[in-house]
Amino acid sequence: MKPPGSQTASTNLARRIIPCLDVRDGQVVKGVQFRNHRVMGDILELALRYSQEGADELVFYDITASPEGRAVDSEWVSRVAAVIDIPFCVAGGIRSVEDARRVLQRGADKISINTPAVQNPPLIDELVTAFGSQCVVVGIDSVLKSGQWVTRQMTGKPEQMQHTGYTTLEWITEVTGRGAGEIVLNCMGSDGTRQGFDLEQLKAARKLCDIPLIASGGAGKVSHFVDVFKRADVDGALAATVFHNRKVPIADLKNTLTESGIGVRP
Amino acid sequence: MSVAIIDSGGANIGSIVHALRRLGAEPVFTADAARIRLAERVILPGVGAAGAAMEHLRNAGLQDCIRQLQQPVLGVCLGMQLMFEQSEEDDTDCLGIIPGTIRKLQASEGVRVPHMGWNTTETVTDDPLLNDLPQQPWFYFVHSYVAPVGAATLATCRHSESFAAMVRSGNFRGVQFHPERSSKVGARLLENFLSCN
Repeated sequence: MKPPGSQTASTNLARRIIPCLDVRDGQVVKGVQFRNHRVMGDILELALRYSQEGADELVFYDITASPEGRAVDSEWVSRVAAVIDIPFCVAGGIRSVEDARRVLQRGADKISINTPAVQNPPLIDELVTAFGSQCVVVGIDSVLKSGQWVTRQMTGKPEQMQHTGYTTLEWITEVTGRGAGEIVLNCMGSDGTRQGFDLEQLKAARKLCDIPLIASGGAGKVSHFVDVFKRADVDGALAATVFHNRKVPIADLKNTLTESGIGVRP
Repeated sequence: MSVAIIDSGGANIGSIVHALRRLGAEPVFTADAARIRLAERVILPGVGAAGAAMEHLRNAGLQDCIRQLQQPVLGVCLGMQLMFEQSEEDDTDCLGIIPGTIRKLQASEGVRVPHMGWNTTETVTDDPLLNDLPQQPWFYFVHSYVAPVGAATLATCRHSESFAAMVRSGNFRGVQFHPERSSKVGARLLENFLSCN
């Protein structure tokens, strides 16, 4: 068996580095454990910078869309899509095939659903039928409660955050069974702490998950990325703060990953 | 330069429109046979499923129009797959421009499906489409079905198995990856397509 994190002989598929733009009121913000958001910068400036610096994908997440009962701002989707030349995944309040179609027509390559999937799981099947598995990402916000990982919804606004009734591992099985093409696991306990990814949780998720799995929450330095690829065998790692503030420059990160034997796109 | 992007019912055309505009082309998104025939370049895009896309082309009366095009045509992702004879996805008859059947990609130890992310291609036959590309270019792939390697193959990619990443039959070319989302290398490939004969 190959060691986790190394390239297999039968594919050169690169592990992905994914900056995430959490957007509120037309600006990029970032909180700690989904609270106390601060403005981090301008949407288009950051999007263009990441596209040029070698990011493998960009996620645009309209964090207040679901709590405000609306879909992601498609005008912004269009403006970002026009300036970047890397894959673009859009999230926030997409609750119907029509919402998704609008976002895809504006230039998104994939859509990511979170709260709407929890509230209406058949939505996953409908989106898969309409656009194909490869287009449908499910974001999962997960937190440790009484020794179990459980999922939360409406996480964009702390006062509206709720339990979903699913344990995280149950929910992963459910969404993969419905045909989702990728899972982004946001480990809320480590989010914004910069103490490293939640390796234990990600390893447990990896065991259940035979579709691409993206780690999210907790990146603070380059070695955290090495750890998460080597130890949790994830397909990609998503982060926000350390990329926004240039604490982890993407080019340096990719050099270190390459030196560590982890296959990335140079 | 006039570029017609054929409406094959898929939703994901925004990114290819933006990419062509960045190269100075004027893409129109259309299902109108006359406009497609008049365009200097034609792109057959596609995200979605083969069955739905072929049904859409049949209903729009575009099957013969596409087969008879004389100008350079580029199929992207599902658009490339539709150029083959059949697809196992929805058991669909396709355009039959290139021989072969599209099959489901099989997962294997540590190799997951969908094939989603950046991978390298290996050139088999040189072509103007590949002008000034690196030896082992990185492209962005998102798909679960693959085209067989055959006489029309320009380049291959490996993910669990080898499959056709770029194909050509006369004025018809196809790429399994998304050049519109493959950074500078992808932009170069699109530029090559706009300037090839």
